[in-house]
Amino acid sequence: MSGFWQRRRIPLAWLLLTRQPARLAVALAGIAFAGILMFMQLGFRDGLFDASVTVHKLFDADLVLMSPRTMSSIGMAGFPRRRLVQAMADADVVGTTPVHWNLLLWRNPETRRTRSILSIGFEPGDPLFTDPSLREKAHVLNQQGRVLFDERSRPEFGPIGSWFRQGRTVETEVAGKRVRVAGLVALGPSFGADGNMLTSSETLLRLMPNTPPGSIELGLIRLRNGSDPLVVAERLRQKLPDDVSIYTKKGFEEFEKNYWRSSTAIGFIFTLGAAMGFIVGCVIVYQILYSDVSDHLPEYATLMAMGYPLINLLGVVAREGLLLAVLGYVPAWFAGQGLYALVRSGTKLPVEMNTERSLLVFVLILAMCMGSAAMAMRKLADADPAEIF
Amino acid sequence: MLSSLLSTTPGSVAGEPCVQLQGLNHWYGNGSNRRQVIQGVDLSINPGEVVLLTGPSGCGKTTLLTLVGALRQVMDGSVRVFGLELNGSTRGERQQLRRSIGMIFQGHNLLRCLSAEQNVQMGADLLPDLGYRARRDLARQWLRAVGLEDHLGKLPHDLSGGQKQRVAIARALAAQPRLLLADEPTAALDSRTGREVVDLLKGLARNQDCAVLMVTHDPRILDIADRVVRMEDGQLMDSGHGERLWGADRLPDTGREAAEG
Repeated sequence: MSGFWQRRRIPLAWLLLTRQPARLAVALAGIAFAGILMFMQLGFRDGLFDASVTVHKLFDADLVLMSPRTMSSIGMAGFPRRRLVQAMADADVVGTTPVHWNLLLWRNPETRRTRSILSIGFEPGDPLFTDPSLREKAHVLNQQGRVLFDERSRPEFGPIGSWFRQGRTVETEVAGKRVRVAGLVALGPSFGADGNMLTSSETLLRLMPNTPPGSIELGLIRLRNGSDPLVVAERLRQKLPDDVSIYTKKGFEEFEKNYWRSSTAIGFIFTLGAAMGFIVGCVIVYQILYSDVSDHLPEYATLMAMGYPLINLLGVVAREGLLLAVLGYVPAWFAGQGLYALVRSGTKLPVEMNTERSLLVFVLILAMCMGSAAMAMRKLADADPAEIF
Repeated sequence: MLSSLLSTTPGSVAGEPCVQLQGLNHWYGNGSNRRQVIQGVDLSINPGEVVLLTGPSGCGKTTLLTLVGALRQVMDGSVRVFGLELNGSTRGERQQLRRSIGMIFQGHNLLRCLSAEQNVQMGADLLPDLGYRARRDLARQWLRAVGLEDHLGKLPHDLSGGQKQRVAIARALAAQPRLLLADEPTAALDSRTGREVVDLLKGLARNQDCAVLMVTHDPRILDIADRVVRMEDGQLMDSGHGERLWGADRLPDTGREAAEG
């Protein structure tokens, strides 16, 4: 430690940067802007993928059956419910839950406007979500025409939560038929659905009279403790007809994410947006560092004349790049936090600052600054110590 | 104070010229635009010798300094500095050699973002085996030696022209050079400060065996010279003491006394 203290040099890079505070402020604002752009684009992208499986994550299941015709949560196809009964024959399967999954039109009881809502139907006595509080609420669904409304749904569905908590009787129409809100749950919207409601299979089938009898969209399978879901899934694939696909819970989530990732341009657009932020940042940092090197060219030439090797001077420019990266990242991170909170409250999307994204954006900003510094270093070749006499 | 500073610097190999120029030619441009600025120059400078280089503007003095200072590639002829032949030398060899050469520029070329003390410390930072505090103390001592002990923390734009020049001189000396190249170091100084500075350089040469090659048009400082070399049209015309080259009537009192002495 004392050796480091003894070897230390004048912090030339820092002094060069801070000599013109206004220019430094502009540079940091530019880098922070690029960082915020990357945070937002990557946040939206990841938020989209995470939000697409908001409900998926909550299911109490080790394996999930789906129709092979299902493309995503916004286009669920049905399959015979008896496949779940067949699955029960496996020794490792301890329970199943048939689930109806459809997008229906919800009428806002205040504005009378309709909006698409994800409607999940299940047998109230069956386990659906891992959250035990839902089991307590589910019994109210035994009465026909009752629904549990997701209070984290977007406000366009109406002030359902506040009305219900005030003790008002909240009734509205779903798919043109009258339903009553019998309780509230907290699930969260996704890109596919702005709101959710839970109801009994009986009520849902009443809302959708054309649904073929015995057809369901999801089959949740719970396994004995200690069973390997992959092994059981493989066994079930061999036993069951090919009118069902079998996924582990993780695979079920990935299936949904892959749809948004590959079947739509959304992932590409947000990644492109992040790339644009990166390029904008590169241009800003390069301009700043290039003009900084140009301004100080006689001073660099003087240092070369004194015997400082070129590598030392390249190191000064590299340290300037590093300082800009660190100083620009900090406000970008804090602004990103604030904007994520704004997006969460405005859209209810699960956009969170996580370690992985924090690191990714830091690495991108670092690459942006160091790459720009490397390009600005070429200007140092113009520093001719012979010209300073 | 000054003697204590000078005693810390390494010496040169006795009896061997530290600078030897033989048949040196240099030109700028090519073809019909080619202009020869140095023509067949031969010159030797011994350790501890103070050589003043005079001559009209554009005669090649500064180019000669840059060639001796390993700042330019030698085109034709031989330049040996501390035994290293610069004709054909690598960039790394020249850069390493420059650490032994102190340079004082006409335009002081101080780093604008650094204080006077930090500027001088940039020179001291080139010294190996000295800790941070020792290098900083050395910088302060040199600034004290040039009379700027009250201006340690000032930035260049807060200093007068003469003060800047003294900082540049302290910076060159802080690197404890064995050869000092100076381009009109007293041009921006008043006569008293100019005298102090050249006395400092003379002391450095005497106590340290540090050779000094100084371009000057200032007749007031001729007395410090062991030799005055006159250059015209890229050629060395004459060399000797100041009185003979400049004429006794043009010498100020201090210069005349020294020449006569």
